[in-house]
Amino acid sequence: MLNRLLSHDLPRSRWLGLALVLIALALALAPFVFPGAKALGVAAKMLVFILLVASYDLLLGYTGIVSFAHTMFFGLGAYGVAIASLRMGPGFAAVLAGLAAALALSLVLSLVIGLFSLRVKAMFYAMITLAVASAFQTLASQLSDLTGGEDGLSFKNPEIFSPSFEPFENPLLGVAVDGKLLTYYLLFVVVALLFLATLRVVNSPFGRVLQAIRENDFRAEAIGFRTVVYRTLSNVLGALLATVAGALLALWLRYTGPDTTLSFEIMLDILLIVVIGGMGTLYGAVLGSVLFVLAQNYLQDLLKLGSTALEGVPVLAQLVSPDRWLLWLGVLFVLSVYHFPTGVVGRLRAMAVRTGA
Amino acid sequence: MTAPILELAGVHTHIGAYHILHGVDFAVPEGQVTMLLGRNGAGKSTTLRTIMGLWQASQGEIRFQGTRLNGLPTPEVAQRGIAYVPEAMGIFTDLTVKENMVLAARKARHEGELDTQRLEWIFGLFPALRKFWLYPAGKLSGGQKQMLAVARAICEPRALILIDEPSKGLAPSIIQNLITAFNELKRQKTTLLLVEQNFNMAKALGDTVAVMDNGRVVHRGTMRELAEDESMQQRLLGLSLGAHQ
Amino acid sequence: MSASATPAATPGAPASAGIPKASFDWRPIALLAALMVLALPAIGSGSTWLTLTVAGLAMGLIIFIIASGLTLVFGLMDVLNFGHGVFIALGAFVATSVMGGMAQWAETSAAAQFVSVFAAMVVAMAVAGGIGWAFERVIVRPVYGLHLKQILITMGGMIVGEEIIKVIWGPLQIPLPLPEVLRGAFVLGDAAVEKYRLLATGIGLAVFAALSFTLGRTKIGLLIRAGVQDREMVESLGYRIRQLFVGVFVAGSGLAGLGGVMWGLYQQNVTPQIGGQVNVLIFIVIIIGGLGSTFGCFIGALLVGLMANYTGFLAPKVALFSNIGLMVAVLLWRPQGLYPVSNR
Repeated sequence: MLNRLLSHDLPRSRWLGLALVLIALALALAPFVFPGAKALGVAAKMLVFILLVASYDLLLGYTGIVSFAHTMFFGLGAYGVAIASLRMGPGFAAVLAGLAAALALSLVLSLVIGLFSLRVKAMFYAMITLAVASAFQTLASQLSDLTGGEDGLSFKNPEIFSPSFEPFENPLLGVAVDGKLLTYYLLFVVVALLFLATLRVVNSPFGRVLQAIRENDFRAEAIGFRTVVYRTLSNVLGALLATVAGALLALWLRYTGPDTTLSFEIMLDILLIVVIGGMGTLYGAVLGSVLFVLAQNYLQDLLKLGSTALEGVPVLAQLVSPDRWLLWLGVLFVLSVYHFPTGVVGRLRAMAVRTGA
Repeated sequence: MTAPILELAGVHTHIGAYHILHGVDFAVPEGQVTMLLGRNGAGKSTTLRTIMGLWQASQGEIRFQGTRLNGLPTPEVAQRGIAYVPEAMGIFTDLTVKENMVLAARKARHEGELDTQRLEWIFGLFPALRKFWLYPAGKLSGGQKQMLAVARAICEPRALILIDEPSKGLAPSIIQNLITAFNELKRQKTTLLLVEQNFNMAKALGDTVAVMDNGRVVHRGTMRELAEDESMQQRLLGLSLGAHQ
Repeated sequence: MSASATPAATPGAPASAGIPKASFDWRPIALLAALMVLALPAIGSGSTWLTLTVAGLAMGLIIFIIASGLTLVFGLMDVLNFGHGVFIALGAFVATSVMGGMAQWAETSAAAQFVSVFAAMVVAMAVAGGIGWAFERVIVRPVYGLHLKQILITMGGMIVGEEIIKVIWGPLQIPLPLPEVLRGAFVLGDAAVEKYRLLATGIGLAVFAALSFTLGRTKIGLLIRAGVQDREMVESLGYRIRQLFVGVFVAGSGLAGLGGVMWGLYQQNVTPQIGGQVNVLIFIVIIIGGLGSTFGCFIGALLVGLMANYTGFLAPKVALFSNIGLMVAVLLWRPQGLYPVSNR
């Protein structure tokens, strides 16, 4: 039964399996087990990233495509919901309309970008997506009438997802049942379903062809698979999933802006998570996202301690300033690419093979 | 029997997961022309590449003039006095014929420093090179590119020249020039190790022969011996009686 | 000495029928000229056109300086340094320190000001080149031939570099004012041609000339051009091309540093994000030009510079897209870029 659910793609490592179960439970019960707004926010962010990074792993890990334009689709989803809610008034109609429009636009864009990869090699493609993402970011801040520019857009959710919605007078299991809670579970359910669906896709014949293309696209073409079609489909699928992730983020924050979805920093976060977690595993996205978000939130506090301790020391104080979080991220990233090519998941699985765990 | 200038002993080469050479043993006598023959896929080109260090031998020894060659990076191998002409010729198509030659002449910093006498000799063998001196090498025909490839290998004296299929694409008259050139090189005490598919050319040129099959050397001996024994040719090279390539 | 060997070399000797002419591909240059010519009626005023064209050429040349190193490195060693932008930023920030430090002294005379600018350039090149050497050793060398890892690692290197710049110089924008002697413009009729842009054009052309000379007339240049085509064959001819690569990488980084100084002076301020921003532009340029081709990079850079300035005047909102549009248009015409380098 579990096998079918996970599309026969088992963790293959006791530690990994344990970790995944813990994570699933923790996220499912987060509002009850980890009280407080901050904790719930961290959990929600984890959920969004799991979906976002899984969609990127589909591209990078399974199809071997390096794209820097993924945040564009993420942003499209978020802005779609935000703009629709503001223009049409808050409500499900707006959310669905916004999501539909964003998905349609993502479909078109990813198709165009995917077909363009016909003409250019991998390196070109990476550079082009970099340019496109940069242009999109500029566009978003320039069309300020539509997108709110640098300030972004704040909007209201449909009623049952509003924080002020309180169906029950009394708290359930110690936690007040309100719109925020419901929104959280919306995220949880959508992410869980889509993650399992993605697992199904990568373990299907389609997924195997993708992997064949990643390994040796020339040979795949020689065998008879039109690699362009498969790559494009993979591109489109990844883009659509990222768009949904964006919509979910917007619903959670009730705000969207260039720095929550389109910034290059987010693209780097995605890259970091997928590399550290383990490319081409999907479970890497889960593990990586959780570790990353935890680190990002609680490590910054640690850095703050460090910087106050070293206050006054000229260069060192600057190095551990919490603002320089990205520096340590970058170092970790570089080290991971060298020493952790298979990521945490790969390591755990290798350990399992050796020790039979 | 002259002393070997090049010796391979138990050489294995792996390319990725593929085990191509399975213990190649043979010696190339100095000052002679050794032909490396064999069917397609026998490992002849791989052997040349391994000698040059383009692929590193995973096992075994390669000795040149008594010193170890395997493990050295390709530029070092070349600097020892070994020239190499790959099957694909390795012509720099964006560079002119002149620039290709200047590159090949390690001692020359520009055209003015090329050895004119030697150059004249080369032009005598391959007149097309004089004609197309200033044109991009990419504009040459296949046969002309092959001429340039060989010309590059001989523009300065070398101790050992490795050529993968020198006669490919060449008209018979040019092949004759090639044979003349190689004989001249022999007179200059240059050793030649040639991979050839054209058995007639091999017969005309070779002193010694090594035949490869499945990544191993399966026959070593003189060319004359092989040329006279048609059943051996049939067995080793799959040449039917009376057939010429 | 070799006159007898090369009858075809005598200038003016007619090429006999049947010998292919060594033809020069002039069409991309025609494209460049067409762009300049078409812009004139679009802009309307001749003097504005002149100002914009000079600005575009100057910007294009600065971009060329930065991008030339990148394209050579890629062509030669198949390494795409996504972190090239860090050398730009480094150069720019070093310039702020050098010129800032020399500001007092520079006020004394015009000559002193020139010296401070050139000193900034030299120091920036040296620092960028030095860091480039370290970058190649530590970050790039372990991932030769592994494209995916290269992209990831060089990007990571840029992030780390940018953050370290913030540690040293702070995360905020720093002004980089032009010295007195370089401010202002020459007035030609109605048109104003900025002095600094003329200087930038001059330096850019000098760099182009130096690069062309090195590549075309020296043995090292020959090695580089051959290596771009077939690295293995160059090694088989006995040249240690890997050492050459380090040299080219260092030179490329140094040039990026120089470009950074010039870019900073062009904008008159410097931010740590300058690397990432210019990165996108130079990628567009080298794609347009053809990876590995210096002349292609030159034409591509001029096209991009001109396009940016023309559209900046005519339709500012479209500016960044104009470059992407240009790239797409060029790739549809020539999928490998304007001057593709035939490989192996």
